[in-house]
Amino acid sequence: MSSNYFKTYPDEKGYFGEYGGSYIPEELNAEMQKINDAYYSISKSHEFISELRSIRKHFQGRPTPVYYCNRLSNKYGGRIYLKREDLNHSGAHKLNHCMGEALLAKYMGKKKLIAETGAGQHGVALATAAAYFGLECEIHMGEVDIAKEHPNVMRMKILGATVIPVTHGLKTLKEAVDSAFQSYLKDPVNTIYCIGSVVGPHPFPMMVREFQRVVGIEARDQFQEMTGELPDNVVACVGGGSNAMGIFSAFLEDKECKLHGVEPAGRSFDKGEHAATLTFGKPGIIHGFKCYLLQDEEGQPDPVYSVASGLDYPGVGPEHSMLKDWNKVEYHSVSDKECIDAFYELSRSEGIIPALESSHAVAYALKLAQANPRQSILLNLSGRGDKDLDFVVEKYGLPEKVH
Amino acid sequence: MNRIDQLFQNKQKDILSIYFPAGYPKLEDTLPTLQLLQAKGVDLVEIGIPFSDPLADGPVIQSAAKQALDNGMSLQLLFDQLKDARKTIKIPLILMGYWNTVYKFGVDAFLTECQNVGIDGVILPDLPLEEYQEEYKVKFEAAGVHNVLLVTPQTTDKRLAIIEKAASGFLYMVSTAATTGGALQASKEREAYFKKIAALDIPSLIGFGIHDKASFQHAASFSNGAIIGTAFIKALEKGNTSEFLESLQ
Repeated sequence: MSSNYFKTYPDEKGYFGEYGGSYIPEELNAEMQKINDAYYSISKSHEFISELRSIRKHFQGRPTPVYYCNRLSNKYGGRIYLKREDLNHSGAHKLNHCMGEALLAKYMGKKKLIAETGAGQHGVALATAAAYFGLECEIHMGEVDIAKEHPNVMRMKILGATVIPVTHGLKTLKEAVDSAFQSYLKDPVNTIYCIGSVVGPHPFPMMVREFQRVVGIEARDQFQEMTGELPDNVVACVGGGSNAMGIFSAFLEDKECKLHGVEPAGRSFDKGEHAATLTFGKPGIIHGFKCYLLQDEEGQPDPVYSVASGLDYPGVGPEHSMLKDWNKVEYHSVSDKECIDAFYELSRSEGIIPALESSHAVAYALKLAQANPRQSILLNLSGRGDKDLDFVVEKYGLPEKVH
Repeated sequence: MNRIDQLFQNKQKDILSIYFPAGYPKLEDTLPTLQLLQAKGVDLVEIGIPFSDPLADGPVIQSAAKQALDNGMSLQLLFDQLKDARKTIKIPLILMGYWNTVYKFGVDAFLTECQNVGIDGVILPDLPLEEYQEEYKVKFEAAGVHNVLLVTPQTTDKRLAIIEKAASGFLYMVSTAATTGGALQASKEREAYFKKIAALDIPSLIGFGIHDKASFQHAASFSNGAIIGTAFIKALEKGNTSEFLESLQ
């Protein structure tokens, strides 16, 4: 892999190998071009970079720490480290790209930010960014997720965002993306669609990755400072794949680091019961980009499910699709049950309550640690679990003792 | 000769094109609806291939597409339904759908089926122009299937020149920057845009926001005609398609 990786992927048309691109109706073409041009001209300017740096430090509280899990490592073997994105302001890594996107929107003179959200983390982060910059904010969210992620819905509303319930289809993340696109198309000149992950048409997968790279850049330095070496394994959960791209991006050229993406295996591997896109998907086009896609013979996206609302999406970032084909990242899956066990395990062993999305990464890391007791694992703890407390306790109960 | 070319050769004004999704409201309605449209003097028909995530369409077409999918509609079934259509249907037929459906079906197989059943053109709003030109244009031309391209008020002059060069059949002139099913409002800028496109060498039809005789006539006065989609689907839903089509005369 050459050091020009980030300039080579995506190419000028937004392709990561055969994935990505811009499969959008003509109505969006001019606006996407404008966003792309603005990204290249504005985001590389000294002014933009220093403003974003200042925001990262003083508003978001970056750098977030890397933390060594002493009790967990003793119990499972291996040496487990967490990159604490749960301590990023608003409780997840999502604010990293939201502040970047909102700052770009401000420079472009946009009045309103529009986005979809699954678990509500991206919605809360965008509502936070909108409040910071004094912009309007409209968040589209499936009714099913609204019921499940009540605390995040309240947070968005408190932050001044309008939450639009999405009532068609499965009423989850995919439908929320449809709805947000529709709303954006009504007024693409005054609004900007701040997509919530490394997905969507070019330039979003690139932009979101670039704004998330801060996670990997910090973590690599911190890990080396703590241990004097690079991690043997880097683990992150993958829905659309933004937190995973954030941390993987700093280790793509290190042959000695194994990268592991963890997808939701849900209740089973039957159709509609999981969202393990990179494990079971085939190349296809959804929401304006080409990627691995869970779809039927006719090219209709499959229904998907995960206990973690932020992971149940039938597509996945185009860069992950390429990295899978290259065998640069290994993609695995973890079931709902393993996720819930890991949720309690990290809470009770370390005093850190992880988001259900991040709990998938924790579950896989524990298996990895048991299998490789002499290796180190750097895990991106992408978000905190406050939003999931009621749901988990109501549905799974409070275990007296884990395992 | 391609029936679309024939149509524009014989008729330059007030061309009426109707859009409806295949397999809606009932699975077996595709052919009867085509027959009705032909009998009522519609010049051109766009048959929608249902897709679950239609980015360019508003709520009415979205929910009609969903119902068609729930009915069991699919691209293969559509070709089966259209197998004998050309025995009775003489007007040009266009398939409109999203790229993943065609990509998954296989472009070669898709074009062969189009030729077999007598499809004259396609509208694939999310197929990137560059990809079409580099990979598929030769195949579409060999199959005699026009790829109808869209232009919008936001399309820059530079891009318009590229589109004009790549276009065949006619240009689908999107009246407004929104999804299907909105209202069409008159404005100076919009008229200037209509006139700019109408001045091109290729014929054009105006779509998005056309819902009755008045809006049809207004749009048709700037182009070779106009396309009605959402309003016709509402008529299909209500079951008053004949009256609706007659009200346009």
